[in-house]
Amino acid sequence: MIRCKTSKEIGGMGHSMKRKEDDRFVHGTGNYTDDVKLPGTLYMDIVRSPYAYAKIKNIDSSEALKIPGVLAVITGKDLEQYNLHWMPTLMSDTQMVLPVDTVMYQAQEVAAIIATEKYIARDAREAVKVEYELMKPVVDPFKALDSDAPILRSDKEDKKDNHIWHWEVGQKEETERIFQNAEVTVKEQMHIPRIHVASIETCGCVASYDKVENHLTMYMTTQAPHAIRTVIALVAGHVGLTEEKVRVISPDIGGGFGGKVPVYPGYVIAIAASFLIGKPVKWIEDRSENLQADSFARDYHITAELAGTKDGKILATRMKVLADHGYTDASANPSKFPTGMFSIATGSYDYSNAFMEADAVYTNKPPGGVAYRCSFRVTEAVHAIERMTDRYAHEIGKDPAALRFQNFIKKDQFPYHSPTGWEYDSGDYEAGLKLAMKAVDYDNLRIEQAEKRKKGELMGIGLSTFTEVVGAGPSKDFDILGIKMFDSAEIRVHPTGKAIARFGTKSQGQGHETTYAQIIAEELGIPAKDIQIEEGDTDTAPYGLGTYASRSTPTAGAAAAVAARKLRDKAKKIAAHLLEVSEDDLEWEPGKFSVKGAPEKAKTIQEIVFASYTNHPQGMEAGFEATHYYDPPNLTFPSGAYICVVDIDSDTFEIKVRKFVAIDDAGHIINPMIAQGQVHGGLTQGIAPAMYEELIYDDDGNILNGTLMDYLVPTAVESPSWETGHTVTPSPHHPIGAKGIGESPTVGAPPAIANAIIDALKPYGITHLDIPITPYKIFKALKEKGVLDKHIQEL
Amino acid sequence: MIPSSFDYTAPSSLDEALKLLQDLGDDAKILAGGHSLIPMMKLRFAEPEHLIDLNNVPELSYLKIEGGMLKIGAMTREVETEESIDVANHFPIFADVAKLIADPQVRNFGTLGGNLAHGDAANDQPAVMLALNASVEIAGLNGRRTVGIDDFFYGFYATAVQEDEILTEISIPIPMGLSGNAYHKVERKVGDYATGGVAVHLEFDEQRICTKAGIGLTNVNPTPLRAVRSEAALVGTSLNEEDIASAAQYASEDCNPSSDLRGDVDYKRHIIKAITKKMINKAKQRAFNN
Ligand SMILES: Cc1cc2nc3c(=O)[nH]c(=O)nc-3n(C[C@H](O)[C@H](O)[C@H](O)COP(=O)(O)OP(=O)(O)OC[C@H]3O[C@@H](n4cnc5c(N)ncnc54)[C@H](O)[C@@H]3O)c2cc1C
Repeated sequence: MIRCKTSKEIGGMGHSMKRKEDDRFVHGTGNYTDDVKLPGTLYMDIVRSPYAYAKIKNIDSSEALKIPGVLAVITGKDLEQYNLHWMPTLMSDTQMVLPVDTVMYQAQEVAAIIATEKYIARDAREAVKVEYELMKPVVDPFKALDSDAPILRSDKEDKKDNHIWHWEVGQKEETERIFQNAEVTVKEQMHIPRIHVASIETCGCVASYDKVENHLTMYMTTQAPHAIRTVIALVAGHVGLTEEKVRVISPDIGGGFGGKVPVYPGYVIAIAASFLIGKPVKWIEDRSENLQADSFARDYHITAELAGTKDGKILATRMKVLADHGYTDASANPSKFPTGMFSIATGSYDYSNAFMEADAVYTNKPPGGVAYRCSFRVTEAVHAIERMTDRYAHEIGKDPAALRFQNFIKKDQFPYHSPTGWEYDSGDYEAGLKLAMKAVDYDNLRIEQAEKRKKGELMGIGLSTFTEVVGAGPSKDFDILGIKMFDSAEIRVHPTGKAIARFGTKSQGQGHETTYAQIIAEELGIPAKDIQIEEGDTDTAPYGLGTYASRSTPTAGAAAAVAARKLRDKAKKIAAHLLEVSEDDLEWEPGKFSVKGAPEKAKTIQEIVFASYTNHPQGMEAGFEATHYYDPPNLTFPSGAYICVVDIDSDTFEIKVRKFVAIDDAGHIINPMIAQGQVHGGLTQGIAPAMYEELIYDDDGNILNGTLMDYLVPTAVESPSWETGHTVTPSPHHPIGAKGIGESPTVGAPPAIANAIIDALKPYGITHLDIPITPYKIFKALKEKGVLDKHIQEL
Repeated sequence: MIPSSFDYTAPSSLDEALKLLQDLGDDAKILAGGHSLIPMMKLRFAEPEHLIDLNNVPELSYLKIEGGMLKIGAMTREVETEESIDVANHFPIFADVAKLIADPQVRNFGTLGGNLAHGDAANDQPAVMLALNASVEIAGLNGRRTVGIDDFFYGFYATAVQEDEILTEISIPIPMGLSGNAYHKVERKVGDYATGGVAVHLEFDEQRICTKAGIGLTNVNPTPLRAVRSEAALVGTSLNEEDIASAAQYASEDCNPSSDLRGDVDYKRHIIKAITKKMINKAKQRAFNN
């Protein structure tokens, strides 16, 4: 199905070229932040709050300072002198760098130790004595708005409650009217759990300030180095760190998944320490700190409703969200989208009315709301609509696949205007679902299930036919802190025909060093292996907003294609000059221009590039370089049809995913092998919240599973054997017709799994369970329905 | 994840190790595979001032059959019991349990001695040893003594091994006639401690009447638990469905699980009942298929 326009030698789009970056990774010679070793480096460790909400009465550093090798203990009061104790979040809320008087969540930074060795710094951490006065925390977001709830952000003038913002979109009255008159309505209260990206590499930095040059080099684990440079300049410009004096380098990253977009207090403290002491300061979080303190994802409480006819036509949906943001809104959404792209929750279905609203509240939990391997809040949206679609099908006794076919937006309805204002670019939802059903042999599965049910066995089949919205985004609507969400590519081809290209994005495992080279190879015919890709150094790369929300291919990938096309236009002029013909007489095939009708008269791209340095036409600029800042005209809308089959042990309720088929439509595929790898990884991060992961807090705001002993990240053992496939519906507005693939599986998998499990439990009257669905949760649900006794007797 | 500072010695003989233990007193700890101790040190739950590493003491690492007993040196790694034919012939239960102890890294390092000496009811080997009716040899400067497995576990992280002693060997009687054994635990994911686990060992006479039953339970009691009533319910019977059902019922009633993130008391009792039944059936099947 994937046609390649270029030879294998050139390795353009569609070739399953091996990843160029893997050589260094499999040889163990990757260069991560913790590998950065500068002479004279000092080490930072952080004292953290054991309490969720408390006043700081006193911080006594005297014992810690007596430990040989401890140079300083930095507190909020110290930073206050430089007005560095607070910083803005990417959502224009405010977050403490270090507290002056109050801690707002367990594991919050309280003081920082600077020492000559990391071991000494850790010992000193125990020696800092902090006196707290405990206060009753707000943990339950539903109680955050109670009139007697303590007002957490009393630091903000005039703040009278814990409400952060309200948002709404859609046809409120019309939707209301449809719900009142509908033959069928279904409703569920659901929680999309608070989870953590738990990337293998934790966060950290080496802040290296040169007092003589007044220059800061910041090596750090960031997905968005340019944006960080600007933020540093905004926060610390007043002490002299203006933007030209700051260089941010993001070396190899061991997984980001949205968790390395925010600015964490540790980075800022390290900068402050290096600035004051004049030596490099290294800070690397340990695993528990990463899990307990860094930005969480999800934590949406959704009341989801769907109205339809008795025979299966969806008429309207209504969703009400309560968003728990912790003590500050530290999401990384585009400014105008406090709920990100949640309004994609109308799904892959054709109907005219929907209403969605959301309210966000402060609680005594870590801040965040990052987009964990998904476009902003799309996982939440997809879970809600896909769960409700199955819920509706069960309610009216219709097969969930048939119901989906009945409601799909049809192929010829694109571009499709959704009731919440999106313009879906393209799609062929029927084709995807048909392919997935064929792959699982859907009809026979339903027959098998019917037989098993008679014997009391628990087998379930779950579907998810989702639409994503990625590639933020068009400058008209999308910015972060005012900076428009374009992205960039700069291509320099050397005289010998080899090239280097630099980007404003930053790979964290996605394979950019390979796929970007393939895009350029496709456009210019220069072999991908001859194209070096660089990202992550703000001194050399063009400005861009970084890699998250599946935006790299839609934005920087497009920039690469457009920049390469500018070069191809130049190449044509040079070829005409060299071959002494007019441009109109030339014909392009990947790698060379030849004269129409005289194919032996040709110039290869390498010859043309060489000429651009040695023999360029009069009046033309020498050299072979191009830059492009790509401002996408629209977002892209990848889609997928996933089917999951589960068997549940009727004694222990252990859940086995027997089969999982994922059919994705990401438009044109750059590298099928990388795309498949992305889908495999993403699906595993999809079973994570569906069956295993959730950050759990008790009533006092203590985290109950703040280590990987209890925060259950699935491994290869838990991963079923994924089966993947695709349909190809190119994006009509993207230069290479690509849509983005990295996040579809994380978004699409959870509802497929949840739907399968609920489908298995349907005979016992269970209509919904919140993810993660565990054997224990199934036990409790069956017990509540009173069917367990029957089970126990049968044992 | 950095432990507080400590000293480290790696003696090359058991005697030397015992001597060091006595000299250093209760500030010292034995280091075997390190896969329970080091995580606790990193979290600073354990802060020993001195580690005595047994990894250079070859005399503690062996698997042999001697005098009707399977003898396992304390420093034998989990992976070795998983791979030994001798063990597999009589005790397929070791392959069951090893597969459920985390991942190959843990099993390549973790030792059987350490798994017992750690004294954690969440570990899996204690229940297996209860089912197999093992005995444990403990050495001190004054000689060696043997303790039956029922007298070995004292309480939370406390065993019969005293501060100046080292666990040296585990002995398991090899069954003569028809026998079978099996282990399973329900875990939330690989590498997790058991929500509940059950080890079963059964022996039968020629008429297929059960002559011996050993049943050990994991992580549903402050110490590893022998399911005494369940065992009694099986001995002397031919293990029909009812016998098995009552053994399973007793196990669920006699355990004392506590509520935690893995589940509440009800759920754990339910799990124990389900697994007890499954493992009795599996052990029985193994006995009769051999
Ligand atoms: C990720 C992970 C998952 C795990 N999952 C499981 C699991 O599912 N099931 C399970 O059973 N275990 C599990 N374990 C624990 C593992 O099996 C340990 O290896 C075992 O509990 C201890 O054995 P060790 O040799 O590593 O002992 P160490 O960690 O070296 O020692 C443990 C304790 O025993 C003492 N000790 C050790 N040997 C002796 C001796 N010969 N004489 C006297 N005292 C001694 C030590 O001083 C220490 O107090 C897991 C460990 C990890 C890291």
